[in-house]
Amino acid sequence: MISAAVVLALCAPLLSAQKGSYTPDRKDVYAPLGQVPKKAAARRNPLEGDPDAVAGGANLFDQHCAECHGELAEGGRKGPSLRADPVQQATPGTLFWILTNGVVRRGMPVWSKLPEPQRWQLVSYLKSLRPAEKGPQ
Amino acid sequence: MAATLIAPAQAQESPYIVAYDHYLEEPGSLEVEYFSTFGTQRNGNDFHAFWGEFEYGATAWWTTEIYLDGQTTFNDSTIFTGFRWENRFRLLQREHFINPVLYIEYEQISGADKILKEVEGHDVESDYAVPNAIARREHDHELESKLLLSKTFHGWNVAENTIATKNLTGGNPWEFGYAVGASRPLALKASAHRCSFCRQNFIAGVEMYGGLGDRYTFGLHDTSQYLAPVVAWNLPSDWTLRLSPGFGLNHNSHQFLLRWGVSREFSGFGDLVARVFGGRK
Repeated sequence: MISAAVVLALCAPLLSAQKGSYTPDRKDVYAPLGQVPKKAAARRNPLEGDPDAVAGGANLFDQHCAECHGELAEGGRKGPSLRADPVQQATPGTLFWILTNGVVRRGMPVWSKLPEPQRWQLVSYLKSLRPAEKGPQ
Repeated sequence: MAATLIAPAQAQESPYIVAYDHYLEEPGSLEVEYFSTFGTQRNGNDFHAFWGEFEYGATAWWTTEIYLDGQTTFNDSTIFTGFRWENRFRLLQREHFINPVLYIEYEQISGADKILKEVEGHDVESDYAVPNAIARREHDHELESKLLLSKTFHGWNVAENTIATKNLTGGNPWEFGYAVGASRPLALKASAHRCSFCRQNFIAGVEMYGGLGDRYTFGLHDTSQYLAPVVAWNLPSDWTLRLSPGFGLNHNSHQFLLRWGVSREFSGFGDLVARVFGGRK
């Protein structure tokens, strides 16, 4: 009896999965960018100007982010485009804060398990993107 | 179709085998893992316990996981010893100074289970010397809860787990245990190219775990305690390897435990299941 209950309960997370995932027509998908604390948003990227930062960030993006945001960061089934204006106009500190804290309620996990320099590398890569480009500068 | 929907994904897996940090499985991803524990046994036969894990990220704040356990006791037999259903819930939306995760697990295992995934209560080495034919007659239904506390700063992760377990069969008291761990990648910056032997792919650390007695006799008396260096190798080919030699710290502990594991993460599993059962296009 207990086993049957356990099996039934096991099916629930599989079927209810992805409920909080990204929906392309949600206009407020970039709203979390505006909710970043001012002090965090004002942080500068310590790797700014580091030529290896963008390449390293591209490598990290491919490993950890492309599955949701698309290989070219143009947006995927789960995550919005990172080439869109709200992202490109956000400060490096804002992007770093979002990476660190995630947007858990909307399905984006926290990425603080990546060491701080790697998160700044990702920010360098994201800031190197342009809407019409196919890859980093 | 499955091949196009489920893709391997490289994760940054922690090296811990017993302790947990506060990071959950990515939503929709399935991680398939296999672990082994070789243990020495005084006054009995050494053993090789093994388990498979299927870890699924139901949401960004909820990870659910199934374990299937077995063991081989040398000069005795190989047996299946039960299953576990584990759930971890992230309690806070954002990162904080300390990040709590609530862990709830139901276990249906036999007395012959030897994976030592957690050590609690008055678990001691002599408990594991019982022959399989006798030990497997004992059937345990256990509810295990943990409070996982973890923090990552300057590349270091520090984790502390407090364990409280209740055996639902019989009138057993609540039993307690702990696990602590600290780990750090060998390099904090990513290289510009994918590479197998880059230092950032290796995460090394140490974990310590043991029992804390039960409701009536709380403390270190008649408990086993272990210290274990740990290392994980996150390969760009989407596999993670873990290795951990563990050492008993008192006479109630197994003198030596050698653990290793291999895992692979698959993204898109949730989408596949939703399509198959929910008809989503």
